[in-house]
Amino acid sequence: MKKKLVVIGAGMASGRMLEQIFEAAPDAYEVTLFNAEPRGNYNRLMLSPVLSGEKTYDDIVTHDADWYAAHGVDCRFGEPVVKIDRKNRVVYSNKGGAPYDALVIATGSAPFIIPVVGKDLPGVVAYRDLEDTQAMMATAGKDAVVIGGGLLGLEAAAGMAAQGARVTVIHLMGHLMERQLDPAAGYLLQKDLERRGITVHCKGATKAILGHDRAEAVLLEDGTVYPADLVCMAVGIRPETRIAVDAHLEVERGIVVDDALRTSDPHIFALGECVEHRKQLFGLVAPLYDQAKVLAKTLLGEAAEFVPVQTATKLKVTGCDLFSAGDFAEGPGREDIVFRDPGRGIYKRLVLEDNRIIGVVMYGETGDGSWFYGLMKEATDISDMRDTLIFGPAFQGGAALDPMAAVAALPLEAEICGCNGVSKGTILNAVAGGACTLDAMRACTKASASCGTCTGLVQQVMALALGGEVVEAAAGMCKCTDHSHDDVRRLIRTMGLKSIPAVMQELGWKTVGGCHSCRPALNYYLLAEYPLDYQDDRQSRFVNERNHANIQKDGTYSVVPRMWGGVTTPAELRAIADAAEKYNVPMVKVTGGQRIDLLGVRKEDLPHMWNDLNAAGMVSGAAYSKGLRTVKTCVGKEFCRVGTQDSTGLGIKLEKLMWGSWTPHKLKLGVSGCPRNCAEATCKDIGVVCVDSGYNISIGGAAGMEVKETVALASTPSEDEAIQIILAVTQLYRENARYLDRIWKWMGRVGLDWIKAQVVEDLENRQALVARFEISQSVYRHDPWAELSTPSETPKWGPLADLTLEAAE
Amino acid sequence: MTVFVDIGALDDIPRQGARLVKTAQGCVAVFRTADDRVFALDDRCPHKGGPLSEGIVHGDRVTCPLHNWVFDMNSGVAQGGDEGRVRTYAIKIQQGRILLDASLIRARNAA
Repeated sequence: MKKKLVVIGAGMASGRMLEQIFEAAPDAYEVTLFNAEPRGNYNRLMLSPVLSGEKTYDDIVTHDADWYAAHGVDCRFGEPVVKIDRKNRVVYSNKGGAPYDALVIATGSAPFIIPVVGKDLPGVVAYRDLEDTQAMMATAGKDAVVIGGGLLGLEAAAGMAAQGARVTVIHLMGHLMERQLDPAAGYLLQKDLERRGITVHCKGATKAILGHDRAEAVLLEDGTVYPADLVCMAVGIRPETRIAVDAHLEVERGIVVDDALRTSDPHIFALGECVEHRKQLFGLVAPLYDQAKVLAKTLLGEAAEFVPVQTATKLKVTGCDLFSAGDFAEGPGREDIVFRDPGRGIYKRLVLEDNRIIGVVMYGETGDGSWFYGLMKEATDISDMRDTLIFGPAFQGGAALDPMAAVAALPLEAEICGCNGVSKGTILNAVAGGACTLDAMRACTKASASCGTCTGLVQQVMALALGGEVVEAAAGMCKCTDHSHDDVRRLIRTMGLKSIPAVMQELGWKTVGGCHSCRPALNYYLLAEYPLDYQDDRQSRFVNERNHANIQKDGTYSVVPRMWGGVTTPAELRAIADAAEKYNVPMVKVTGGQRIDLLGVRKEDLPHMWNDLNAAGMVSGAAYSKGLRTVKTCVGKEFCRVGTQDSTGLGIKLEKLMWGSWTPHKLKLGVSGCPRNCAEATCKDIGVVCVDSGYNISIGGAAGMEVKETVALASTPSEDEAIQIILAVTQLYRENARYLDRIWKWMGRVGLDWIKAQVVEDLENRQALVARFEISQSVYRHDPWAELSTPSETPKWGPLADLTLEAAE
Repeated sequence: MTVFVDIGALDDIPRQGARLVKTAQGCVAVFRTADDRVFALDDRCPHKGGPLSEGIVHGDRVTCPLHNWVFDMNSGVAQGGDEGRVRTYAIKIQQGRILLDASLIRARNAA
């Protein structure tokens, strides 16, 4: 007599298991199959093509009614199982029972629904089954929001976009698919999605789903609201274990199984996304199919062990080509081989350990993914092919380091475009026939015209035929890049790069995350170029600029409030004195820049102290910044018997216009009321010396490691014009100089004559420079402490935890 | 076996940043990388005692803010031409919480 096998869940894993059993021993079991969904086994991986309209449901059915009938399966579809009676070995659904000799639980997983207000509104779906997919297919012309920028969420987003919906993806983390991709590849993916009209909002935490009778909009913690006729939650899945928990089987995160996929009850087995095997959960299809094989053997009485292997991920979004496998975190003894081709949006990274590949991330061109994956699985020693490894299997065995040389070495019959069967020879012939652009090539040969993954290779072959030119590179700005400071600035401007990851990707940075030298430079270049768009990156700033105070050798800080033109009041002095006493400041010193320095302040006291100083009307003196420091003045004609102009007043005006601005290096100004020069203006970056006839402006002084006297830039009888020239030369310096060049150094590169031509002689240009400075200042003429000393920010200045207070055991 | 103590949420530390944990044997800097890994090192550069927690974090390296010594946070070993090592501590993330080697609590009793 046949034994009775009951299976709960008609998914891909249990379906594959049944196939294996029926093939190996058709008469071993009489099978009853319960499924909560009112249908049998279909290929869930293919829901994305169904959603995007590339396939229909019928195309993705794995087992139809005929298949179940042919194998005598008693199909109980649309019947959720409510109870397992382990003692009598009977499974009960909402309609009736079924006895078993062996029971397989394959309940899969349930979507994780984030507990926000509005999660139960109609119009909020997950992306797990055909019903969800059908709801999403009806979004053409409507607004849809996908919460979750992982594999599933992005497939949902791309599918709805293909149906004609206006789609926004909200992702909690800093870049998309952070479990599979590193930030660089995540950036490329985001760019591709944005190109197809999908809005991507990273670092977005969902606060609520708004709507009366149904979902209407999604509100984020930062206050952003996105309209939404449909909200798809794709933030993750968790094993569906309720039936196993109720039956008192051993359940951790998933149903616990041994290597034979047996649960804590010897008659009950489990496989698929609902199980936990050696502390590991499974979500991708390859290990589930392995489990199906093993469980089929176990059920047929053969010894079999499930051994999980590493799996690779591919995103099923047409045109977004990515591949990720293994472990790509940095670690001790790990090395990276990185290939970037920014022009074509290609990024490949291999992570090596002990001369073996342990991780692969590829974006834009993934043709070699399976080859790398094979080397990884086999743990092949790659030392012999390391030089050319990143170029893939086609280029092994040679010493060619240059991908062009590798392409050149390919035989004429080598297939370049797999989709359309186009060989290297065909492409070369087409170039000879006049197809010199990619569009022309696609039009006449169809090479790279289908899936597009070979686009890079096609272009390389074309470049080979057309003869590419090799350009000598200037010295790189740091070890992370071969691009010079000037090149990086120019490319940021011409390519419209607006974030540090964008610069690193597009300009082919050789390190992950840059270094302490390039990050502050990039942060400056970006904020100078895009004052309105770019969000200053605090973590890319040197400690003093990050904490808005000067770190001292013992780790305490010094605090210098701004004193406009070196002028103060009794009230300000009183507030400073109060702060010094309240926070036990060990030293109060007068600085060379005509202000007062409070030395020895503890980091956690900084926001409190500034709260007090802000309340007294004072702002940070930026005594730490690559930015405007001080405007030193003498008393001028108001008091001085030899003063010629109101130097104090001009100094205050300049400081009030320029405070808060960031510059390539520190920027100190001085205004003296007569040629006796009490404000020492002629050793400042920009100096003004007043004379009877007006104002003499000079630039390029310094009194540090180098002592430099300023050189004359312009003279004017008008205070207003003097201010305009000073603002214009400051902006020119901001836009043009390399990071960490003082004005004198910059002047040495570009020449005083060029600077004069820009800001003194060309009036129109002067005005444009002043206007751009003012745009930037509309953002940065702003005291940082207003935001850094709020009740929510203040605790972040203290320690995260104090273990000295913990009770010792 | 290492025993761990919960010191806070991962989100309490900015990406590419650090926070301090005070312990009986001095301050420990807890770093978070751009890809959400955490490291715990003594907050003291072996060169001149600089607070590493205030350094720029790049990849799994940190640069001391005082004199630009660079340390590999996995091992605590100084990079490039500099020689020295910072002590590291066992640390892990579990369900969004950061767990640090609990022997740091007990040290004072033992001492």
